[in-house]
Amino acid sequence: MSSVADRAYEPVIGLEIHVQLSTRTKMFCGCALSFGEEPNTRTCPVCLGHPGTLPVVNAEAVHYGLMIGLALDCELAPRSIFHRKNYFYPDLPKGYQVSQYDIPLAAGGRLGDVRIHRVHLEEDAAKLVHSGASGRIHGAEGSVVDFNRGGTPLVEIVSEPDIRSASEAAEWLRLLRATLRRIGVSDVNMEEGSLRCDANVSIRPAGEATLGTKAELKNMNSFRFIERGIEAEIARQEAIVRAGESVVQETLHFDPASGALTPLRSKEEAHDYRYFPEPDLVPVAPTEAMVGRAREALPELPAARAARFERELGLSSDTARLLSFRGELGDYYEEALGAARADGGADPTALASWVTVELVPRLPDGDPSASRVRPDALARLVSMVGAKRVSGSAAKEVLTAMAEDGGDPEAIVAERGLAMTDSADLGAVVDQALAANAAAVAQYRAGKEKALGAIVGAVMRETKGRADGGAVRELILERLSQ
Amino acid sequence: MSELLDLTAAQTAASLRAGEVSTDELFDHSRARAANDDLGAFLWVAEDAPPPVSAQAPLAGVPLAVKDIFCAEGVPSTSGSRILEGYRPAYTATVVERLAAAGAPMVGKTNMDEFAMGSSNENSAYGPVRNPWDRERVPGGSSGGSAAAVAAGIAPWAIGTDTGGSIRQPASLCGLVGLKPTYGSVSRYGMIAFASSLDQAGPITRDVTDAALLFRHMVGRDPCDSTSLDHPEEIELPQADRLDGLRFGVPPELSGEGIEPGVLTVLKDVLGRVEHLGGTVNETRLPHSPHGLSAYYVLAPAEASANLARYDGVRYGLRAGNGDLLSMYEHTRAEGFGDEVKRRIMLGTYALSSGYYDAYYGRAQRVRTKIVADFASAFESCDFVITPTSPSVAFRIGERTGDPLAMYLSDYCAVPASLAGLPAISIPGGLSEGLPVGIQLVGPAFSENRLLQAAHALEGAIAFPTGPPPT
Repeated sequence: MSSVADRAYEPVIGLEIHVQLSTRTKMFCGCALSFGEEPNTRTCPVCLGHPGTLPVVNAEAVHYGLMIGLALDCELAPRSIFHRKNYFYPDLPKGYQVSQYDIPLAAGGRLGDVRIHRVHLEEDAAKLVHSGASGRIHGAEGSVVDFNRGGTPLVEIVSEPDIRSASEAAEWLRLLRATLRRIGVSDVNMEEGSLRCDANVSIRPAGEATLGTKAELKNMNSFRFIERGIEAEIARQEAIVRAGESVVQETLHFDPASGALTPLRSKEEAHDYRYFPEPDLVPVAPTEAMVGRAREALPELPAARAARFERELGLSSDTARLLSFRGELGDYYEEALGAARADGGADPTALASWVTVELVPRLPDGDPSASRVRPDALARLVSMVGAKRVSGSAAKEVLTAMAEDGGDPEAIVAERGLAMTDSADLGAVVDQALAANAAAVAQYRAGKEKALGAIVGAVMRETKGRADGGAVRELILERLSQ
Repeated sequence: MSELLDLTAAQTAASLRAGEVSTDELFDHSRARAANDDLGAFLWVAEDAPPPVSAQAPLAGVPLAVKDIFCAEGVPSTSGSRILEGYRPAYTATVVERLAAAGAPMVGKTNMDEFAMGSSNENSAYGPVRNPWDRERVPGGSSGGSAAAVAAGIAPWAIGTDTGGSIRQPASLCGLVGLKPTYGSVSRYGMIAFASSLDQAGPITRDVTDAALLFRHMVGRDPCDSTSLDHPEEIELPQADRLDGLRFGVPPELSGEGIEPGVLTVLKDVLGRVEHLGGTVNETRLPHSPHGLSAYYVLAPAEASANLARYDGVRYGLRAGNGDLLSMYEHTRAEGFGDEVKRRIMLGTYALSSGYYDAYYGRAQRVRTKIVADFASAFESCDFVITPTSPSVAFRIGERTGDPLAMYLSDYCAVPASLAGLPAISIPGGLSEGLPVGIQLVGPAFSENRLLQAAHALEGAIAFPTGPPPT
């Protein structure tokens, strides 16, 4: 029997994601959402929790919530309700957060290989700013509250604990982010906090079905930190268990600078939120028309798109996912592909590779819609490469030129004299090169195959890269065998 | 001029329309009387005349006393609490706005039990209110200031709010008409919340016609209150003087033990008049109503414990403490809230706590459901349920302050209709020991028109004087 110390452990990970919805107004009042405005300029008596005010549910937030529920393959609740989650904090103007509790908007779904536990609507808290060295509320010299963010609509998405590694967690979160971005319900920007992720991590002896005691990692604001945070937590728990001790349920803060995990609060001091049904609101009961509208608003989702790219276009899995998870790249690719098909050129695989490998590094801020390279122009350039009218290296030069100044690939090739040298001219250049490199020819004939490189190089220099390397090599071999 | 203030609001409106007095004169007069009020009924009196009101407006410019629980832009709105001292809202409650637009300008804000928690007005942070019928006695609560102001002829009419009897009980103790409408028929936007699932605004008036007139301009869905809806009927001014064919159910649970004999005598007299007007009287059981008060004192404090969490010293109202967050929370709430409010916050917090939720809040909700079912089955065999409004006449100031449970019993008859969200009206039924006794009629949801008609017919037969009490 294996001892505790050398047993293999399996991590069990579930994610809780908060997404700020990009609705026009807040969750329960008419204030416009804030994007870095002067503090406390996007507020009203309702979102400041003034006496006598009442919440009214934002219909657009419900619509977005239903879209998310459908995109994640969930059951939509025929009648979901809001609760009050009670706790005192200066960023919570009413002393309670209006959130969904026992009957969420949607539940029981799936995205990729991970099941979705629930999807619910709630309101965001305001932003606290603490002066003083600590930057935290304890030990602060003073604190101010900016209520602009307070009341922003949030959707909380909770996964089942189906994830088994830190990298899987990051990869799944990328798929979720791509999906949310694709359906257009959120900016999903982790740095700005419109997508926030907490992770519940536990470990168990590999192959066992029971769950270990979990720790919750809070608010890791980049994919890299999520991966590193979870890895650190798995290592910490393994060390505890191997030392024969037990993991304690607690909430941890990951410091990316030091890699340290520090407790925020433990179970013993956990809040009793005293949830009860919010009497100021009526249940959310989506009509068939509302669900129909949410369904119609859904575009093709990234997972389905990636599968289609693999199945119908024969793209590799990695390329298909890259084009799907970055929906704007996929859109660019599909537009270029459409143009290519219209004039019968460009192979889908080659075009995909030009988009993902060559175009991406030449994009301003990674945004293809801001690029000066028109999708149809890229399609024509790639079909010229396919037809051997321009060499690969020359085509890259053309792409760089188009990325800088726009323009048409044929015109740039003509203007710069980059067209592939035709076979009659190439024959003459090869003959000259053979004559000028007699020593290399002799070495080759003596069995030193590497000597061929010098002759190919001479031809390429002479043609200024406009010749196709493969064709040059073939022609030299043909002449040498005569 | 002072005779004018002894009239009902509808009679006053007629004088305004006939040009016997101008709206400005009337407003000034009412304002001056409110400013000189020695009952403690007013917490704030209008300093300026309101924007000109036409006597042809639906409410003709008849001044309105408004319970301090309603927010009004720029006007102190304290809900009777120290914690909101000096607070001036940035917006106006829907009901106040609607009534002003219909021609009932606000002449003052009336005293009340702190956050509407009380049945005697003795829980106000700003002192008690005296009952015009006997200045040593309470006017009832929590809308005690509104009731006293109307009973004393300072304002022709007033609005109050009712969570578990806070309109009906003071109306009863001051010899007035008080209507608690169907839950949802009047917007709660701008009404400082006590218990959201129970709070409802309504009129406190000298007669049933005034109640109908005011209520007509209070109802209707408000986009700012998700729980509000349009009343299915236009509110009519009642004309009925007979009760032919109407069946009145008397629940033994609310008309026997615990009710003062003098109150029961008035009830008996009123039931006689019901029959005399062509109505029938039968016993109707409301078997779960004796548990209403217990359920109410779990549910209302539970909701209140959350509704009052916003008074934390961060954004408005009182801020106390040494600058540290916890100290600010503790001192602000310790100094800002009175004893009864603290008691109910603690009760409610306890009832919602993990491990106790099902035993208290859950069970109280189940009782509430049973009471709803009791009324539904009662209305299969009767048109209205009739009970005393209050188990007693007005009690002496200080008499019950040391005994919260005795105080809570004041709402024993009123609470079941609140839990069921049903409309209920209190009308003066007669006197006991020289003090008014109110009789309550409860009807099915949205039956206000029928309720007002029946109350009007009974009112005619009872002929209780509508003027200020004899002094």
